[in-house]
Amino acid sequence: MPQSAEKVLDHVPLFCEPEYEKMFARKKLKFECPHPDKVVEAQYEFTWTWEYREKNLAREALVVNPAKACQPLGAVFAAAGFERTMSFVHGSQGCVAYYRSHLSRHFKEPSSAVSSSMTEDAAVFGGLKNMIDGLANTYQLYDPKMIAVSTTCMAEVIGDDLHGFIENAKNEGSVPADFDVPFAHTPAFVGSHVDGYDSMVKGILENFWKSTERVPTPALINIIPGFDGFCVGNNREIKRLLDTMGVTYVFIQDASDQFDTPSDGEYRMYDGGTKIEDVKVAKHAEATISLQHYNTRKTLDYCRELGQTTASFHYPLGIGGTDEFLMKISELSKREIPESIDRDRGRLIDAMADSQSWLHGKKYGIYGDPDFVYSMARFVMETGGHPTHCLATNGTAAWEAEMKELLASSPFGGGAQVWAGKDLWAMRSLLLTEPVDLLIGNSYGKYLERDTDTPLVRLTFPIFDRHHHHRFPLMGYQGGLRLLTVILDKIFDELDQETMWEGVSYDLTR
Amino acid sequence: MSLDYENDGDFNARLIDAVLLQYPDKTAKRRKKHLGVAKAREALERGSDALCETGVKSNIKSIPGVMTVRGCAYAGSKGVVWGPIKDMVHISHGPVGCGHYSWSQRRNYYVGLTGVDAFVTMQFTSDFQEKDIVFGGDKKLEKLIDEVEQLFPLNNGVSLQSECPIGLIGDDIEAVARKKAKEHDKTIVPVRCEGFRGVSQSLGHHIANDAIRDWVFDKREADFEPSLFDVNVIGDYNIGGDAWASRILLEDMGLRVIGNWSGDATLAEVERAPKATLNLIHCYRSMNYIARHMEEKYGIPWMEYNFFGPSQIEASLRNIAAFFGPETQDKAEALITRYQPLVQAVTEKYRPRLIGKTVMLYVGGLRPRHVITAYEDLGMEIVGTGYEFGHGDDYERTGHYVKKGTLIYDDVTGYELESFIEAIRPDLVGSGIKEKYPVQKMGIPFRQMHSWDYSGPYHGYDGFAIFARDMDLAINNPVWGLYDPPWKETHCSDAGGVCSCGRDDE
Repeated sequence: MPQSAEKVLDHVPLFCEPEYEKMFARKKLKFECPHPDKVVEAQYEFTWTWEYREKNLAREALVVNPAKACQPLGAVFAAAGFERTMSFVHGSQGCVAYYRSHLSRHFKEPSSAVSSSMTEDAAVFGGLKNMIDGLANTYQLYDPKMIAVSTTCMAEVIGDDLHGFIENAKNEGSVPADFDVPFAHTPAFVGSHVDGYDSMVKGILENFWKSTERVPTPALINIIPGFDGFCVGNNREIKRLLDTMGVTYVFIQDASDQFDTPSDGEYRMYDGGTKIEDVKVAKHAEATISLQHYNTRKTLDYCRELGQTTASFHYPLGIGGTDEFLMKISELSKREIPESIDRDRGRLIDAMADSQSWLHGKKYGIYGDPDFVYSMARFVMETGGHPTHCLATNGTAAWEAEMKELLASSPFGGGAQVWAGKDLWAMRSLLLTEPVDLLIGNSYGKYLERDTDTPLVRLTFPIFDRHHHHRFPLMGYQGGLRLLTVILDKIFDELDQETMWEGVSYDLTR
Repeated sequence: MSLDYENDGDFNARLIDAVLLQYPDKTAKRRKKHLGVAKAREALERGSDALCETGVKSNIKSIPGVMTVRGCAYAGSKGVVWGPIKDMVHISHGPVGCGHYSWSQRRNYYVGLTGVDAFVTMQFTSDFQEKDIVFGGDKKLEKLIDEVEQLFPLNNGVSLQSECPIGLIGDDIEAVARKKAKEHDKTIVPVRCEGFRGVSQSLGHHIANDAIRDWVFDKREADFEPSLFDVNVIGDYNIGGDAWASRILLEDMGLRVIGNWSGDATLAEVERAPKATLNLIHCYRSMNYIARHMEEKYGIPWMEYNFFGPSQIEASLRNIAAFFGPETQDKAEALITRYQPLVQAVTEKYRPRLIGKTVMLYVGGLRPRHVITAYEDLGMEIVGTGYEFGHGDDYERTGHYVKKGTLIYDDVTGYELESFIEAIRPDLVGSGIKEKYPVQKMGIPFRQMHSWDYSGPYHGYDGFAIFARDMDLAINNPVWGLYDPPWKETHCSDAGGVCSCGRDDE
């Protein structure tokens, strides 16, 4: 009997005990009807081959381990970035349970959203009644300042009309006539979470902007961050930079406080977020800047229609990405980049120079949302590394073209490949046939780390199995320091592991 | 070890009234039926020997906009019943989200080479696009199954887990399943678990059970020599290794577990189930349907059991052994005796640290009652409990476990649960990931009781030690004492709303 009160063995050591090992063997042999070990071994080896890779990359219907979620997740995240806003997702209720769990597992924070809980009868008759009752309940129970409505694919397939339904609900008195209920149709069978983000932000802006006259305010700038699991660290860093420069801005969709509430005895269902008054003011801004182009395409179109100048970036991080962002901000706000930021930049360069020998020539596999992959590839090249495989399951043809242009701009991009629309099972074949030194991605990458023996650096959403990374910025020069440290730590830890028992190369100073 | 205590039923009844006031009238009327206080049964009524009755309505549609915790039929089928069957490829058929959010989140442990002969922690989806909605997805599904065969030839079957759109656009996945099963000579199971069906995960369990009945049983001749001591474990999903910590006990008393449903299971274990002598049901809610079917069709009796905490383990081992006769009973007694020193050591170590601590539970369809005695074995008291998706028979069974005055809440809303916890301020809350962080913000210790908070197993004797350790580490961690800055006057929230200092909480 392996268990004891003195030293309690949980699942980690318990199942390595001989009693259990023997039990597993017995179960397999007598009851599981397994394939012979040789057959399993042969198939395993086959998955390492170029032949398997070709079949794998030729898939047309089956998607395995995709690195993307669906639109409403993006909408729920987007709504969380506004003052006292409750997400209301119209459609089946299970979806909402999933979004809330998903966000909570990453942020280790509460995540609130409600569903209109449509079932079979609503599938036949439509969900108008659910909307009417649902808005009334949400309004009364959760005291929101705004309810942001998005849709699950069920409501989209049956064609529920949000605009009409919300008007109806207001007429029925579910919420006061002047209460803000912005909405966005977010079909899960189109695009991914980045598109749901886009639609919801646009829906909220339209709600407040549609009936007012724009009075352009020179040098006022709007910032929209995009779907970002590192919003807690990043938004604060971006705001610090803007404050340092003395820029007048509205940070539209700021979930940094919502997903980082303190533990002091009080549960705050809502915290922080862009103030509704500020959203209204934002219409008059001279320019709107998106930190993630592929998260804000529709929103920026809308901003341009209103006469705003727009600019978009790809998750500005590292040297070049941050430089361009700051110069654009400086240009639009007519504010100089102050000396203190020069010094931030210089410190990051200093760190990169100190560590360059450990990074030069390293090969990387990078996956995630399109903007993240773009910037990360760019940063890797700035350190002398090669972004060998760049993959975005939700990457478009336009993204692929932009990536190729980026890779062609640096000698370190030679030989690197761009994989738009591919999934992580494809990445497995890529890593097995053309190995790299490091994989940059999220928690799902741990299976690739196991299968391909490629060390994983977790730098993008979702991160379920490591804690608190999202509290630190990745964007800006400060974020660059964090990136650099995390990547170097992985390299050094791996090196120490490798050399620990060899006797040589286990150096005290590196 | 039975613990004698009573909860303050009057306080709880007042609490329910207060909470209902916040709702619109129509909603208050509906929610009222789901909230209650356990009442002692009159002696005469105790035909079922339940001590209490809970008296709440259940398994009814959730109300829009109230923040139900519930999931959907897909979650019940793919997430719970089918997903853990390790040598099958489970396709999340429809848009990408459902498979994504449920990917690897239930901790169904298994032994196997992932991606080669086992597939549990992978996400397979048809990733529906607009054109699939417009033109239908059957052709894509056919091609997809061919691609599964090409890339994962050692799969022993495929299940098609329908997401919402499938049932709405009129796809005929049954026809695809029949055609492709014939072509590839494989078991292919279409499951109509679209998320809009039913009121919770629960209907998904039922649909998944029915799919086993209709698409797996009696389809293939399983080469197997049965014995009189063959049992199936039904409704153990091997979360954190639960089924293993149970199996080791059953084997020890001379039983052969010929199938474990469905944690760490292979399709063969499901196929041969009708050859067992007895079905042992742990999660009654999710798998009683198939046990009833096997009883009806194959004459296999079934028995519920509970492997949480030593009191229930002992009682269950004795019940099971009694079915098989004296030889097994002797083995069971020897087994119980052998584990006594462990039970005693665990209890002696942890009970003094946990005695008198109060617990509120809100879990799925089994644990809101099943874990109660395990807490009581450690001297802890259950002050409130409720099910996300329990039915009337679950609440009936709950009467055997809860004490008089216990607060009962069915399909609780976010607002209600928060209000109840705030008012009662238990020493521990056991619920899910969505509830974890709000509760901890309030300064109340919390354990996830779906995933064992990334720990486990909690079943069996080995599991009880871990359970005890985890409850201790949750409650007795120093962090809960650090919430108030020393430069601020101490908050009186610990006094359950009534504080002797007279200072208003707000």
